[in-house]
Amino acid sequence: MKINASICAGLVATLIGFAAPALSQTIKIGFISSYSGAAAAQGDQLDKGVKLYMKLNADKLPPGVKLELITRDDTGPNPDVAKRVAQELIVRDKVQFLTGLVWTPNMAAIAPLTTEAKVPFVSMNAAGARVMNNAPYMARVSFTLWQSAYPLGQWAAKKYKRAYTAVSDFAPGHEAEEGFIKGFKEGGGEIVGSLRIPLANPDFVPFMQRIKDAKPDVVFGFNPAGKAATGMMKAYADLDLAKAGVKFIGTGDIVTDDELPNMGDVTLGVTTVHHYSAHSDRPANKAFVAAYKKEFGENLNPSFMAVGAWDAMDAIFHAIREQGGKVDPDKSMEAIKKWRNPNSPRGMVSIDPETRDVINPEYLREVRKVGGKLANVELETISTGIKDPMKEADKKK
Amino acid sequence: MESFLSSLVSVAFHGVAYGMILYVISVGLSVTMGLMGFTNLAHGVFAMAGGYVLVTALSKWDVPFPLALLMAFVLVALASVILERLLYSRLYGAVELEQVLLTIGLIFMSVAVARLIFGTLQQPVVLPDYLKGQFSMLGRDFPAYRVFLILFSAGIIASLWFGVERTIWGAKVRAAVDNRAMAQSIGINTRRLFGVTFAAGSGLAGLGGALGAEIVAIQPTYPFEQLVYFLIVVSVGGLGSLRGPFVAALLIGITDTACKYWLPQFGAFFIYVATIGLLLWRPTGLFGKRS
Amino acid sequence: MSQYVGYNADPGLRWSESLPWLAAALAFFLLPEYLSLGARILTYILFALSLDLIIGYAGIITLGHAAFFGLGAYVTGIMSAKLGYTDPVVQLLTSGVLAGLLGLATGAVILRMHGLTQLMLTLAIAALCLEVANKATPVTGGADGLSGVVIAPIFGLFAFDMFGKTAYLWCLFVLFVGWWGVRRLIYSPFGVSLTGIRENSLRMHAIGAPVDARLRRVYTLSAGMAGMAGALLTQTNQFVGLNVLGFEPSGELLVMLILGGVGRLYGAFVGPLVFLVAQDYLAKKFPEYWYFGIGLMLVLVVLFARGGILGLIDAMSARFRGKAR
Repeated sequence: MKINASICAGLVATLIGFAAPALSQTIKIGFISSYSGAAAAQGDQLDKGVKLYMKLNADKLPPGVKLELITRDDTGPNPDVAKRVAQELIVRDKVQFLTGLVWTPNMAAIAPLTTEAKVPFVSMNAAGARVMNNAPYMARVSFTLWQSAYPLGQWAAKKYKRAYTAVSDFAPGHEAEEGFIKGFKEGGGEIVGSLRIPLANPDFVPFMQRIKDAKPDVVFGFNPAGKAATGMMKAYADLDLAKAGVKFIGTGDIVTDDELPNMGDVTLGVTTVHHYSAHSDRPANKAFVAAYKKEFGENLNPSFMAVGAWDAMDAIFHAIREQGGKVDPDKSMEAIKKWRNPNSPRGMVSIDPETRDVINPEYLREVRKVGGKLANVELETISTGIKDPMKEADKKK
Repeated sequence: MESFLSSLVSVAFHGVAYGMILYVISVGLSVTMGLMGFTNLAHGVFAMAGGYVLVTALSKWDVPFPLALLMAFVLVALASVILERLLYSRLYGAVELEQVLLTIGLIFMSVAVARLIFGTLQQPVVLPDYLKGQFSMLGRDFPAYRVFLILFSAGIIASLWFGVERTIWGAKVRAAVDNRAMAQSIGINTRRLFGVTFAAGSGLAGLGGALGAEIVAIQPTYPFEQLVYFLIVVSVGGLGSLRGPFVAALLIGITDTACKYWLPQFGAFFIYVATIGLLLWRPTGLFGKRS
Repeated sequence: MSQYVGYNADPGLRWSESLPWLAAALAFFLLPEYLSLGARILTYILFALSLDLIIGYAGIITLGHAAFFGLGAYVTGIMSAKLGYTDPVVQLLTSGVLAGLLGLATGAVILRMHGLTQLMLTLAIAALCLEVANKATPVTGGADGLSGVVIAPIFGLFAFDMFGKTAYLWCLFVLFVGWWGVRRLIYSPFGVSLTGIRENSLRMHAIGAPVDARLRRVYTLSAGMAGMAGALLTQTNQFVGLNVLGFEPSGELLVMLILGGVGRLYGAFVGPLVFLVAQDYLAKKFPEYWYFGIGLMLVLVVLFARGGILGLIDAMSARFRGKAR
């Protein structure tokens, strides 16, 4: 009668196997980041933010709901790879949410997919402002360039008369340039010149020389966070622009908290405006940074990218909780549009339901040495919640 | 007018610095291609390796700068000897396609290895204090490191030319480049000659990569990105020649810098157009052998 | 190059030549979730065929074939996104013609040079195209690429869908036409003369063959084909970015072709299939090791298996036949 026993056991196991999915529910989230290529360090930041959030908030899901995170590499600013990867996640893996993305071009590429397939997408970093205009299933939790460039321009116009802009030649660079110029001119400043530097450029010295020769009071620089920013500041130091009376300012992207230690003393005194600094005293931030260092290493700093990932997961968790685990694309988008997190490491963050874009606090910071290490020290809070000024300006047109 | 002159001086200065680096890296390629006819597209790998050696020596092992430069030369030269024995020597006399494929394969492999070991970011170079800052000359300020670069490269180039023009080894190399069969028939061991020359050329590439780490960033995609420039220097300069690539490298360095300064929206466009034009005029290069 | 087998004197169709098409048809029905990968493979097979014509049959080494591919891709993208011409057939033909023109123009320059200079020029031209695409942001979208590419339904009937069904069949159709054309070319007197030029161009000159004209013609044809492959890529992805240009895609295509077996018609089929399937699976799991792996594979193929996969199959079946006797 051994045979009967094993048949019974088999039947029971099969029944449990069928029942189990009905009892628990797995929600699949497709996470696209850049693990190879030029942006691997930023992609890694997103990855860490996601993993940290999921680890610390596993209990915040509705009972019986499990999450499956499917990770894919878009290999950098490669929109066709991103599109292919997103397509596979939707068609093959049947994900219910998409998130991630370091690069704006990749976000533009997957926009039509999210609309056609009705899969909500939350951008953790990709910051191009107009990408979401025709994509009702996309939302952004990171930032837009104008949010930091425009107030920076306004602030700079109070202190300086002549400015030169030098940005990387791609959409975020153009947006940063436009935002700064608008803010600076509105404050009464004069733009002496504008340079758009190719993205894949190793040597900034000739460009900096040109800027030095034009004798502005301040140079506004924008590069994607990382090596290009370092290169630009090195050239600034090499040509002794500081001694020539030219100050260096920019959006926080040029002195990201994770890169800052590697960039060296050349960054001291650089003034930036951004929505997050790892050094900030806010209790929510201190807890976040401590948890980050504990999980990933004392020497590592989180940057705004990790915070973007953190908050995006918070938004997605919120949407899942609101629907009790049974997610529907339209209801998810409704929930995401209403999401806000007053305890975000950056301060208070929320989504503008009209544009589905993020509403950010903005801080004025300066790079100083604190305890022997370079840090972005917050000097003042420029705004507690600013919507994307570019879209506001678009509306007025 | 004064500011135009000033920017002219600046462009010339930076252009020469860049050109010198290009030459130090590419001269090895010119000689080995002219000497043994081996198309080594992976030459950029040696330059990149030299850069990584320098960066690691400076930041991880606290080696003084001059010694780090020497290490870049020696270690890369040694590595090239191993590569030559193991891989390259199997394809001497093979069809060009196979040499191209082999060396492209090597590029892929080294890009991957560089990423694995060093990550994808550009390596920061920690210069010694005596090379930082500005150097005053003729009423203008020049970045000290680039002044050093120009002078040091000039020294390397001078010793190289002296070595090739005045020593017996140099004479053998020149003979073998001119006519390999003849050289062999008068008893020159061309295989060993090539081994030594290849090591020297690769070591120089490593040194050039290390010296130029400030100007041409050391990152895993280096061999891909810079290959075009090395090949331009060699083919415009002329295979197997020493002087030709020097002129070509300076031309490229100055043109590239000038374009970045005065016409930044065109990028590297002019370099390629100028190269095509030059080659249509002189297909074997400015100073190459006319076949 | 004498070890490159591929010239078979008999131009008749062999039954084994229907295998690729049967396999493609089966894939359509059995693997509906992988159709966008399938469309990609078909596109690259067409691209590899065009490269095979030049390297394998005519013996010109080029590192910049992606210039034509990229031009075709961008032409289709610009036609759709900027100019509003969305008919896929018109896009395909325009891309092919314009890429062919570029091939004609650059061929005139490249084919005059030899050796390293020729190689370097192919690289320089590819780099030039990349630079132009990078800078001409209002037209090409620059570093952000060109989105908003809308493709009208083929013949007004078959719309391009998210699942890639239409794309797959469209690519299959175009590949079939391309394959048929290449096959006829190879077995024509023109094609045979190409093999002659590859093996011994001096002798071909001596017997009065118009070598330069032939080379220019095949270069132009190959460029046109590559342009059409590029158009297919844009139509499948509804997007085109800078990574269709430059050294890396040219290098990757070279790897695909060598893997399959250069100088053979079906090397261009086997190579991209194996490469892209492996990439789809392995590159996701082990991205760095994947890159290392293709480099290593290339080195090993050059040293030990010059005929690629097809060459290995030939060698094994020859040994098998040898033993059976």
